[in-house]
Amino acid sequence: MKKLHLFLALAALAAAIVVPSFLKNYGIHLFTTWLVFIIATMGLNLTVGYAGQKSLGHAAFFGIGAYTVALFLKAGLSFWLGLPVAALLCFVVGLILGFPALRVQTIYLAFATLGFNTALWLVMRNEEWLTGGTFGINNIARPMLGSLSLDRNLPYYYLVLAFTLVLAALLWALLRSPWGKAFTALRDNPIRAESLGIDTRGYTLLSFAIGAVYAGIAGGLYASQVQFIDPALFTVGSSIMMYLMVVVGGPGYFFGPLLGSAVGVILPEWLRFAQAWYLLIFGTAVVLLMIWLPDGLLSLPDRLRARRQSRLESAARQAAAKQGARA
Amino acid sequence: MSQPVLKVTDLRKAYGAIQAVGGVSFEVLPGEIFGVIGPNGSGKTTLFNSMLGQITPDTGRIELKGEDVTQLGPLALNRRGVGRTFQTLQVFGKMTVRDNLIVAAQEHQGSMWSRMFAPSDSGLGAKADALIDQFHIRHVADKKAGELSYGQQKLVDIAMAFMSEPDLVLLDEPCAGVNPSLVGGISTLLKELNRSRKGSFVVIEHNMDFVMALCHRIMVMVEGKVLAIGTPDEIRGNKQVLDAYLGN
Repeated sequence: MKKLHLFLALAALAAAIVVPSFLKNYGIHLFTTWLVFIIATMGLNLTVGYAGQKSLGHAAFFGIGAYTVALFLKAGLSFWLGLPVAALLCFVVGLILGFPALRVQTIYLAFATLGFNTALWLVMRNEEWLTGGTFGINNIARPMLGSLSLDRNLPYYYLVLAFTLVLAALLWALLRSPWGKAFTALRDNPIRAESLGIDTRGYTLLSFAIGAVYAGIAGGLYASQVQFIDPALFTVGSSIMMYLMVVVGGPGYFFGPLLGSAVGVILPEWLRFAQAWYLLIFGTAVVLLMIWLPDGLLSLPDRLRARRQSRLESAARQAAAKQGARA
Repeated sequence: MSQPVLKVTDLRKAYGAIQAVGGVSFEVLPGEIFGVIGPNGSGKTTLFNSMLGQITPDTGRIELKGEDVTQLGPLALNRRGVGRTFQTLQVFGKMTVRDNLIVAAQEHQGSMWSRMFAPSDSGLGAKADALIDQFHIRHVADKKAGELSYGQQKLVDIAMAFMSEPDLVLLDEPCAGVNPSLVGGISTLLKELNRSRKGSFVVIEHNMDFVMALCHRIMVMVEGKVLAIGTPDEIRGNKQVLDAYLGN
């Protein structure tokens, strides 16, 4: 990691620890939601940004995680049991969802995952005996950490922050391992990757499964945060919003989800002053961003570097041509 | 006589009414550089793709060190010691040159799960550096492969095929699109690798001078069939081959 990156990461971490203690409840809630979506989109970034797959079904995993934890808590079981079960369930379902990716790609895969999200959303809405249907599940408890109560928003925020840091560290280590290179190879050139012995089937399935685990954990944390869930949170629209967060932040950039989730969670709050015009401003901002920075916000330094490099090379060529002409 | 590394027996592949490969048989011996030449449409690419598991032949048998691998795909063939290059450039443009080489062999290091949180270079750093030096691409080792010139990318592409120390390397037009000044360099490199690694190579190439200078034996294909197999001198003196190429 470059020194500047390390400095920025440490500054962001310090801000994440200090700032919420000066915020009111709503501000803490907003920061917690931001962290939850950072976790969810870190997983989607692995699937989409690093492994090059298409998924418009991420909100379904977010929902599986949320409902699993909610049902565990409603049944009087521990959050600390519900969350690993949610993660495991998402891993298995994510693995299954990965199978269509072995047969179809690009927009067709996106539609396959979209269909999965719709089907799961229908289950959440219609199976009232299990999910509460459109009434959802309310009074979801906050967990205890030993004897420490996390009922207040600030301690719960720090729990979610701890999860975010641990999951980010795990993803960082995974992406720096040979798996990271295999995912990138799969994204950039699956035929070449296979010819080099990379098990493209295995890595495709794992990219979906691990991405789903992150969404499931995020969903579980979210259920306890808002203490009420209903199917409206887990629609295809939410999946598209998560995809947008990854694309806006920069797919394949480790810190992309940090910025993308800010755009998806914090920016709409800042635009509240615009009232009914908020969606128009938000949509226009996203369109302009996609035109100027199609690879996301974090691609800006790379683009500037490439432009400077091109200018330098052009100047060197011109100088060489002038020298040649003089000779 | 030692067992052939590759043995192809009566291989056939048709696309509808067109017999792309019609009963091709040959052997590649250990340490041998075996060239495959022929006019456009002679079936070289179909033969190559069959040997690499990209397509399944209609009939025939392909053996790798005595094992029947006719039905195996590219992944299984790589795991059995087959490396390859492609006619068009196939480097991972967003990875550095060094990482391109490391990723080319990392899957041969332990199991998938053991690599999950393993060191980034999979313990292959020294091997990658040795190949980088051998291919004279040290000055671009830390650059992204996509930022290199075509010739440099071609060298990376070829080096990747050798990273896992395969027993058999299939090179699909290694000189295609390469500056003539680099062709000699590629030939020298391949000869060096053949000497030092004792591997066998199969080379498809249109550049006759390159093939004649590099290969121990050459197979000439015309209309999906084998016209001749022999040493470069035998092929040069073969009237049928000259007729096929010159159209007499």
